[in-house]
Amino acid sequence: MAYFGLSEISRGSIAVWRRNMDAFMKTYQVNFIPPFVEPVLYLLALGYGVGALIQEVDGISYPVFIAPALVSISVMYSSFFECTYSSYVRMYYQKTFDAMIATPLSIEDVITGEILWGATRSTIYATLMIPVLFLFGVIDMPTSLLLIPFAIPAGLLFAAIGICFTAITPGIDALNYPAFLFITPMFLFSGTFFPISILPQTLQYFAFGFLPLANVVSVNRAITFGEFSPLILYNILWVIGVGALFFLIALKLMKRRLTV
Amino acid sequence: MDVISATALRKRFGNLVAVDGINFSVYEGEIFGFLGPNGAGKTTVMKMVHCVSRRTSGDLFVFGMDAESHPREIKQRLGVVPQENNHDPDFSAFMNLTVYARYFGIQKRLAEERADELLDFMQLSEKRDVPVETLSGGMKRRLIIARALMNNPELLILDEPTIGLDPQARHLIWEKLRHLRSTGCTLVMTTHYLDEAARLCDRLVIMDQGKILVEGSPKELVREHAGTDIVEANATPDVIACLETAGVVFETFGDIIQVQTGTPQKIVSALMESCRLENVTVRRATLEDVFLKLTGRTLRE
Ligand SMILES: Nc1ncnc2c1ncn2[C@@H]1O[C@H](COP(=O)(O)OP(=O)(O)OP(=O)(O)O)[C@@H](O)[C@H]1O
Ligand SMILES: [Mg+2]
Repeated sequence: MAYFGLSEISRGSIAVWRRNMDAFMKTYQVNFIPPFVEPVLYLLALGYGVGALIQEVDGISYPVFIAPALVSISVMYSSFFECTYSSYVRMYYQKTFDAMIATPLSIEDVITGEILWGATRSTIYATLMIPVLFLFGVIDMPTSLLLIPFAIPAGLLFAAIGICFTAITPGIDALNYPAFLFITPMFLFSGTFFPISILPQTLQYFAFGFLPLANVVSVNRAITFGEFSPLILYNILWVIGVGALFFLIALKLMKRRLTV
Repeated sequence: MDVISATALRKRFGNLVAVDGINFSVYEGEIFGFLGPNGAGKTTVMKMVHCVSRRTSGDLFVFGMDAESHPREIKQRLGVVPQENNHDPDFSAFMNLTVYARYFGIQKRLAEERADELLDFMQLSEKRDVPVETLSGGMKRRLIIARALMNNPELLILDEPTIGLDPQARHLIWEKLRHLRSTGCTLVMTTHYLDEAARLCDRLVIMDQGKILVEGSPKELVREHAGTDIVEANATPDVIACLETAGVVFETFGDIIQVQTGTPQKIVSALMESCRLENVTVRRATLEDVFLKLTGRTLRE
């Protein structure tokens, strides 16, 4: 219980992170496709397709409105799916975690490395999307470069949540539940494709109180629009605070699952 | 100082007692074996020794350190060959070794040199850069052994190291394990191949249902529990009746009878004369006889 398991984290977690980085880079041609293709598809279909009907949201063109949401969604998907399905495959099928904990690494090192890697993947994807969005003229430079540093805490948050589900899932199929019941609704209702302000007041409170993606979209939109308000400070603190909380829960749940 | 010392070591999984209060010591520089039927608790003991499984009660010291409180220090100095291969399928053989070395904090240059040495040692150099998934079962096993040696361990734990290997590969591994012993490495292994245990182990224990039944060198154990020779014949009713009248102590195992003896020639001639037996064989007693005698012949679930 000492310091919630934090005292068991060592530099070894970086070796776990590098293992995943090496595996990612081995197939980088495939891995680098989504961040280039996804924003193009979304912008064409939603930004310019649906956008042709909508014209403007709060005085802003629709493609410009959804651009920061696209980055937020990519950040969410990449770390959440990395730390659920991919982590589960490493943990259960490949026995990679078993091999690791037979070395000086602790369970906490392994989990920390996995979460750091999930966040890194989010950050890589956010970074790669920026030039694409810039070429479409839907984000401004250089302020939009701030999307990159914010992808780190946002990625950590979704990675930690993902690991929590991985730690309690009975099997890989059951990971579909959080994917469909948690991630997909969030993808639609977090101020991504329409502003949260059109929701009833209570739902707005709910979104900013409980939905990670709503807080992330809010910050990213402030970055690309260059408009900051006190709400943004709240969103940032929420992402960091809740991320830290889920990190501790992830360590605890994984320790319980992996200790024999 | 003993490399491993366990006192009243116990491990419970829910209601199941997998390891039931065992005592053993492993001395520096020896090969120490754990034998026992499926489910005896061998793997559980190995896992407690390499600190991935926590004991329920008792004491367990490795390198003089408590396994409970010093897992990192202990794991830094030992190598593990798990019962189930768990190489990293995303990498080549070479990368499997170097990535693993990073978990020990070994510098890149050193790790790469060592990886090439060990691939050579395990005769895998030709497979250096191929994806591990394309290796044969025996090659994968050798790679796992090479991986366990990356940190130059003082203690090597091998859980069925030669499982599923062809005779050539097994001989290669035996030779390598003896070589490691000659360099001062201590080895602890489990195996179901009793000839392997007899050849390799300086001392061994036979476990069953979580308990240690006997401990000793393979020779001692055979002498104490199986005598020197075994006379075997088909277990026909005639033979059994004849042996009973002759007053010879024998045991029946399925369709054969066995007589343990120090004077096989006498028994054989007596049997041939008075019972007119035809299919009589005489062989040296082996560890297998000891094993079957102590753990029974019924199959474990
Ligand atoms: N994680 C676990 N949870 C519950 N029971 C377990 C667990 N691991 C092992 N056991 C049980 O503990 C007992 C000992 O298992 P162990 O794997 O140590 O046997 P073993 O001697 O290595 O057998 P084998 O020769 O088949 O490898 C078995 O009854 C097994 O079912
Ligand atoms: Mg076993």
